[in-house]
Amino acid sequence: MIAEIGHAALWLAAALAALQMLAGFLAVNAGGEGDVARLVRPTAIMQGVLASVAFAMLLWLFATTDLSVKLVAANSHSMKPMIFKLAGAWGNHEGSMLLWVTVMSLAGGLIALVERRLPERTMQATLAAQGLVSLGFYAFLILSSNPFERLPVPAPEGMGLNPLLQDIGLAFHPPTLYIGYVGLSVAFSFAVGALLTRQVTPDFASAMRPWVLGAWVFLTIGITAGSYWAYYELGWGGWWFWDPVENASLMPWLAATALLHSASVLASRDALRIWTIMLGVVAFSMSMVGTFLVRSGILTSVHAFAVDPERGTFILILLALFIGGALLLFALRANTINEGERFAIASREGALVFNNVMLSAILAIVLLGTLYPLLTEAFDVRVSVGPPYFNPVGAIFAVPMFLVMAVGPLLRWRQDRLDRIRPEIALFAAVVIAALIWFGLVMDVAILPLLGLALAVGLGVASFMPLRGRKLTRVPLATWGMVVAHFGIAVALLGMASESAFSEERLAAVQEGGTTTVGPWTITLREVVPVAGPNWTATEAHILASYDGGEPVYLGPQARNFWAPPQETTESALATRWNGQLYAVVGDRAPDGRWQVRLWWKPLVTLIWFGGLLVAVGGVLALLGRVVADLRRRSIARKIVERRSEEEAFARSQAQEASA
Amino acid sequence: MSAMKAKHQRLVLVVVALVALVGAGLLAAYALRNQANYFYLPEQMQADPPEVGQAVRLGGMVEAGSLITDPDGVTLRFTVTGNDGSRVPVRFSGIAPDLFVEGSGVVAEGRLEADGTFVADNLLAKHDENYVPKELEGMTQAQAAKMAEETTVGIE
Repeated sequence: MIAEIGHAALWLAAALAALQMLAGFLAVNAGGEGDVARLVRPTAIMQGVLASVAFAMLLWLFATTDLSVKLVAANSHSMKPMIFKLAGAWGNHEGSMLLWVTVMSLAGGLIALVERRLPERTMQATLAAQGLVSLGFYAFLILSSNPFERLPVPAPEGMGLNPLLQDIGLAFHPPTLYIGYVGLSVAFSFAVGALLTRQVTPDFASAMRPWVLGAWVFLTIGITAGSYWAYYELGWGGWWFWDPVENASLMPWLAATALLHSASVLASRDALRIWTIMLGVVAFSMSMVGTFLVRSGILTSVHAFAVDPERGTFILILLALFIGGALLLFALRANTINEGERFAIASREGALVFNNVMLSAILAIVLLGTLYPLLTEAFDVRVSVGPPYFNPVGAIFAVPMFLVMAVGPLLRWRQDRLDRIRPEIALFAAVVIAALIWFGLVMDVAILPLLGLALAVGLGVASFMPLRGRKLTRVPLATWGMVVAHFGIAVALLGMASESAFSEERLAAVQEGGTTTVGPWTITLREVVPVAGPNWTATEAHILASYDGGEPVYLGPQARNFWAPPQETTESALATRWNGQLYAVVGDRAPDGRWQVRLWWKPLVTLIWFGGLLVAVGGVLALLGRVVADLRRRSIARKIVERRSEEEAFARSQAQEASA
Repeated sequence: MSAMKAKHQRLVLVVVALVALVGAGLLAAYALRNQANYFYLPEQMQADPPEVGQAVRLGGMVEAGSLITDPDGVTLRFTVTGNDGSRVPVRFSGIAPDLFVEGSGVVAEGRLEADGTFVADNLLAKHDENYVPKELEGMTQAQAAKMAEETTVGIE
């Protein structure tokens, strides 16, 4: 019954999406008024509610482990802890697609509910576009990946969830990432709406900005969390693998970062109109390309998703329709949009444009590197592209971007002179050069980590320079957001460069009671014992690790054996200090009875994720600043209306008295 | 610049963006030609070996009975076989991935040494029941067929 309710809600939501699209486009044609126009917003809200109902039903099915439903039987198990039962609802293709459309329709419902700044006609065009995109994904879900399909005969027991996914990370990582991916659909719809009604105005940008900011914050958190999860869960000691699925999340992030900045320029300065629209289209297109790459199974990835050519073709068609349609509309309408305000090269806009172009170039490099193996496979040449390509080629554009990022926020809008900020530039240059000399000549670090370290230190200092000479209590929240986010980039960059420059690794076979060392750590393997969990057994190494002869820390890395489905995983153990992490993995037993132990000492590695979180915090601050300003503006507008009606009432009563 | 006509500025922006993107594209194309990891089957590696020291991947089956551990306890030596019985000796120092066993498929990332031994930095084996490294498709037909009919659980 639950499955049928979910299925019905899904169909109804799809029908409402169709209605929302039709009503929206009709209303736009009719000039944004009339009965049809009044239909659009309620439809969008209702559609969001129904999709949420469908998703809630799926959660229910997983919570109760209803084995008559195919998806539950294939991915769950009655013995699993509750949190993983629920997380299992989106740990598979169908469930995660349902999460995708749920988030998409909720986002549509939310803009219908709260967004009042834009002209009504642009709003209807936006909601119509949102309906169209949702409809495509509903069709995909219902026709090719129905999560509510029943089995003819209920399964006696579920197949279980991939043990790699039985981790608290899975409970949070996909939903955050999805809110980010799909939140960008709002930017896409706004862009299409603005193109349709030719209303590319600062108002449009300030209406779009909070949505982009929100999606971007979630993307940032999702990527950061995913990276940390891969780091401790896969047991390879790496935090980024340039895996196609990781790239699929990085590409929308790059586009959204560019969009965020160009929307700022449009909102405050009425420049970069076309560029902002273009980025709005590109950002969500990258989300969809990412989905296609993951779902179609055409790429090699540790994120193995369903290998199903039918689904791949379906998404490819959707992709071609949406991206192609949006680009066609863009091509037809772009030249009818008036030029925005002008600006000089040496200005805040100039710096932002430069960095936007650099971000786009990095995006192009990641995209090409991700798609290249597909291209060559068509010619039967099998190729995989990894860090030797992405790191240096990306750095060619990242380095100038970081340089401009350090000084850009110091420049004035419209027109400025570089010699006005000469002291700041000199300070930044001095810090960078000092760091280059110290790390390069004294510590002999390789070129890429060296550049990373120097730029990170310089950027860390430079990110606070916009606050210089200002009264800190009067700095707007949004400016604090920028400072914190830029500082977060510097912190993350420092972590990445430090990890790459100073990591030490030790691989050894150690007998019980034996000792080995890595970096400043001395490690003693006390014993190796068998342990058991709710659905696994493991061998656990008891390790005492002492930093520089200090008080020893206990570590318990495990090699786990799951039985549903049968699989082995390595559970790493971490010892975190302020200046880095010790990472320990236990392996097989050598024939002579010694145990394989792999250890890494990674100085400052935690800064990677700490920096990522700071970036997200910066985004939240900026978002709060915008929302607070918007609420204040609304309450002022309301007061003005009240005051005016009071005055009118007063004037009327005066007039009545006078006539009496 | 500030005296520039409006139309003119838009043109400059478009040109700058295009130059950067085309530059990125050309750079990517150049780098990809030079730096891609190439995939070799054992028979290909014997017939037409890659340059010594060049980063490549070797994919095949771990020959039954070939796996030995060196006295240091962490170096594995084994033989990877291809479809036609060709064999390549492999050396790997590290913790072998989950489910790395004799008789199963493996993709080794590393480089060929002058003596004909393939030194692996990394081994990619089956991740779970359902997952086979894509390069191994066609070599283990039974697994590929199984994979096609089952839905693979994955991460997003």
